[in-house]
Amino acid sequence: MARLFMKGCEAIAEAAVRAGCRFFAGYPITPQNEIPEYFARRMPEVGGTFLQGESEVASISMVYGAASAGTRSMTSSSSPGISLKSEGISYCASARIPMVYCNVSRGGPGVGSIQPAQMDYFQATKASGNGGFRMMVFAPSTVQEAVDMTYKAFDYADRDRNPVLILADGVIGTMMEPVVLPEMKSDEEIAAIKESKRKWACVGHPLDYANRSWIQPGQWSTKLQQEENEKAAALYESWEKDIQVEHYRTEDAQVVIASYGISARIARSAVDLLRKEGKKVGMIRPITVSPFPYKAFDALDYGRVKAILDVEMSIPAQFVEDVKTGVKERCPIRTCLCSGGNIMSREKIVNAVNSILEGM
Amino acid sequence: MEKIYTRTKTIQENKVSGYCPGCMHGTVMKLIGEVLEEMNLVDRTLCCLGIGCCGLQMDYIAYDNITSPHGRACAVATGVKRSNPDTFVFTYQGDGDFASIGLAESISAANRGENLSVIFINNGIYGMTGGQMAPTTLVGMKATTAPKGRNPQEHGYPMHMCEILNQLEAPVFLARTSCNNPANVNKTKKYIRKAFQNQLDGKGFSMVEVVTSCPTNWGMDALSALDFLEEKMLAEFPLGVLRDR
Amino acid sequence: METNLCVAGFGGQGVMTLGKFLADATCNSTDKNVTFFPSYGAEQRGGTANCFVVISDEAIGAPVGDVMDDLIVMNGASLNRFLGSLKSGGRLFVNSSIVTDPITREDITVVRAPVTELALEMGNAKVLNVIMLGVYVGYTEVIAPEIVWDTIQHKLAKKASLLPLNRQAFEKGLELGRSQRA
Repeated sequence: MARLFMKGCEAIAEAAVRAGCRFFAGYPITPQNEIPEYFARRMPEVGGTFLQGESEVASISMVYGAASAGTRSMTSSSSPGISLKSEGISYCASARIPMVYCNVSRGGPGVGSIQPAQMDYFQATKASGNGGFRMMVFAPSTVQEAVDMTYKAFDYADRDRNPVLILADGVIGTMMEPVVLPEMKSDEEIAAIKESKRKWACVGHPLDYANRSWIQPGQWSTKLQQEENEKAAALYESWEKDIQVEHYRTEDAQVVIASYGISARIARSAVDLLRKEGKKVGMIRPITVSPFPYKAFDALDYGRVKAILDVEMSIPAQFVEDVKTGVKERCPIRTCLCSGGNIMSREKIVNAVNSILEGM
Repeated sequence: MEKIYTRTKTIQENKVSGYCPGCMHGTVMKLIGEVLEEMNLVDRTLCCLGIGCCGLQMDYIAYDNITSPHGRACAVATGVKRSNPDTFVFTYQGDGDFASIGLAESISAANRGENLSVIFINNGIYGMTGGQMAPTTLVGMKATTAPKGRNPQEHGYPMHMCEILNQLEAPVFLARTSCNNPANVNKTKKYIRKAFQNQLDGKGFSMVEVVTSCPTNWGMDALSALDFLEEKMLAEFPLGVLRDR
Repeated sequence: METNLCVAGFGGQGVMTLGKFLADATCNSTDKNVTFFPSYGAEQRGGTANCFVVISDEAIGAPVGDVMDDLIVMNGASLNRFLGSLKSGGRLFVNSSIVTDPITREDITVVRAPVTELALEMGNAKVLNVIMLGVYVGYTEVIAPEIVWDTIQHKLAKKASLLPLNRQAFEKGLELGRSQRA
C-alpha cells in the first residue's frame, strides 16, 4: 500500500470513514478543527452526515442520537470542549451506546493554551463524566497509530456497546506523517453492521412493548440501576484481555522510562540516543491507558532497575499515579515533565536519565 | 354493544400513569399515541424525551424512545433523523428542558429547519424537581426558587417560545394550544397531526406548544389550576397558529 | 542519519508550503521517515509562521527538536528568534533581500539568497518560497531535486499555468544553492 503524507487530524477522520463512520458532529476548537473540516468535505462523498453542532454539548448529543439509531458515529474536540461533551459521553456510557470520540488535547486547565499537552489524563482515564463509568482509551504515538486505533475503535465500541476514546494531542493532530490507510469498508459491510444493531437501535419497532427499543441512560428502579452498574463493571473487568503495552529495550535496563502518546515517541528517541552511549535505558509504553497495563511493571527486575522515570506533558503529573500503582514502591519514581503547551524534548529526557544514572 | 372508544395501544397495557391529578401530560401522551396510530406511524416512531415529568413517559409509552440529556432532545433527534431519515422522530419536552437549559439546541434545530416535530409542554414551572421557577413562569407567580414570586427586575419576563421561533426563517409550523377544554383538546390533536404530517412531507421543523397546568407545584387543586390556566396562563400565552407554511 | 529543519518567516511568505513540499516529496518518493509540524497560533493573519521538517532513516522522535541541523529564515524576526537553536556546525539559509542584520554566530555555515528580489524579478513575489526550497535542496541534497519537483508539479496540478514560473523559480534556487556548496 502506498504511503500518504497526511495531517494527523485528517488521517484520523479518514480512518473513521473507512471504518464505516457515517455520522459526525463537532464544534470548532483548536487544535482539532481539521477533523470536522475533513468530515465536512468527505461525508457527502460517502453518503454520510456531517453536522456542525451549535456547541460541543449539542454535538455529542447528536452523536448520542445517531449512534442510538445504530449508525457508526463519532465526534472530536480538544480539552475544554471535551469537558463540555462529558454530559453526553456519560449518557452514552450509561445507555451503552457505541461511539468513538477523539480528544486532540491541549494545555489546561480552563481555556489553558492551544498548544499540545497531555493534561487530560485523569479526565480521559478516570472520570470522563459523572457516574464512574470506564472506557477503552487508546493513546497514539504516531499518526499511523492514530489511524489504526481509530479504525479499530469502532469495532471495540460496537463489541462492548460503550464509548471508545482516542486520546491524541496537538502534536499528533497537527503534524503530518506518512501513513498507510486501512481498507475502506464496503457499503454492504456498513449496512450489515448497522443491521446487526437493529434489535436495540432506536429506529422504530413494531408495536410490542417487549420489543421496543428503549435507550435508557438511567433507571427509576434502584435495583435495576445497580444491576446495570454491575453489568458495566463486569464489562470493564473483561478488558484485561484487551490491554496493549509496549516494552522497549527494557531487558537489561537500569532506568525504565514510563510514558505514553506523544511523550513516549520522544522518549523512545532518547532511549536510542542513550543506548548508543552504552547506557542501559528502556521504556514501558501503555498503548491502552485504560485499561492500564499495571502488570507490565511486574515484568521488571527490581534488583536491576534503579528507578522509573515518568515522562509526560503535564504539570502536575497525572499518568504517574497509574505508574505508581504498577510499580508498587519497588523502586523510586522520578518525573520529567513539561506543560503549558511546551513539547517534551529529547534532551530534557536524556538529562533526566543521566542524572539518575549518575546518582546510582 | 358497539365499541366506540378504545385505549391507544401506544400506551403500555395495565400501566397506570403516575402523573398528578389535573396534570395534562397524560392527555397529550394519549393524543400523540392516537395520532401515531391513526397515521400508521407507530412502528417507525422514535420519541426523544426530555428530562423532568416529560421523561416519566419512558415507563408508559410502548414505542421506541431515547431519554435525552436535559435540554438536548432536539440535538439527539437531529442525530437520529439525519442518520435515519426513514424514522419518524419527535421530541417531547417541558419548559425547563426546551426553553431554558436546551434553548441553544431548540433554537438551533429550528433554525436549521431540521425535519422534526416538537411537542413542547409549557406549564410555567419545574415539575419533577419540585416547583422551581421556569423561563415561562408568570410575573408574580411563586416558585420555590422565587419565593416572593417572579419579579421582572430580578428575573425578567416569561419567555414566549412560539414568538421567539417565529423570528426564524426555517420553521414551517408554530402553534400554541391547550388542553383545558374538549374543544382545545381536539385542536391540540389537530395541531399534533399537522406537525407530524409536515415531517412526513419533509417540510421541516414544526413545534406545538401546549399550555398545561401543574396543580401540584402551583399549589392548587385540579379545578382551581384549570381556572388559573384559563385566567392567567392563557392571558400571557395566547393560543393560536403563529405560522403554517 | 537525521536532518532537522526549521523554516521561519512572515505569514504569507509560503513558509508552510516550502516545508510541506519538501516533506511530501520525501514521503512520496523515498523510504525515509519524515514529519512536518506546523507551529500554530491564535492569529489567522500576520505574525510569524514557522514549521519543522524532520527527515530520517530511523524512527523519528520529536517532530520538533530544541536543536536544529538546518534553519531557513525568511525575515529578520525569525533570525533573531531561531538562530540560537541552530546547532554548532549547522546550516543557515537566509533571505538576504530582507534579512540585513549581521549574522552574529561564526560556528555555522551561512547560505545567502536574495529570494524576495529574485521572485520580484521573475514577476511574482509569491515564488520566493520555491526559490528558497531550490536553494536548500541544491545546497544540502537532502533529497533528489527531481523528487521535489515532481511533488511541486503534483501539488500545482490544478494551477498548471503557474508551473513554468515555479519551474524557473525552483531551477534558479537549485543553481544558487549548488553554486554555494563548498
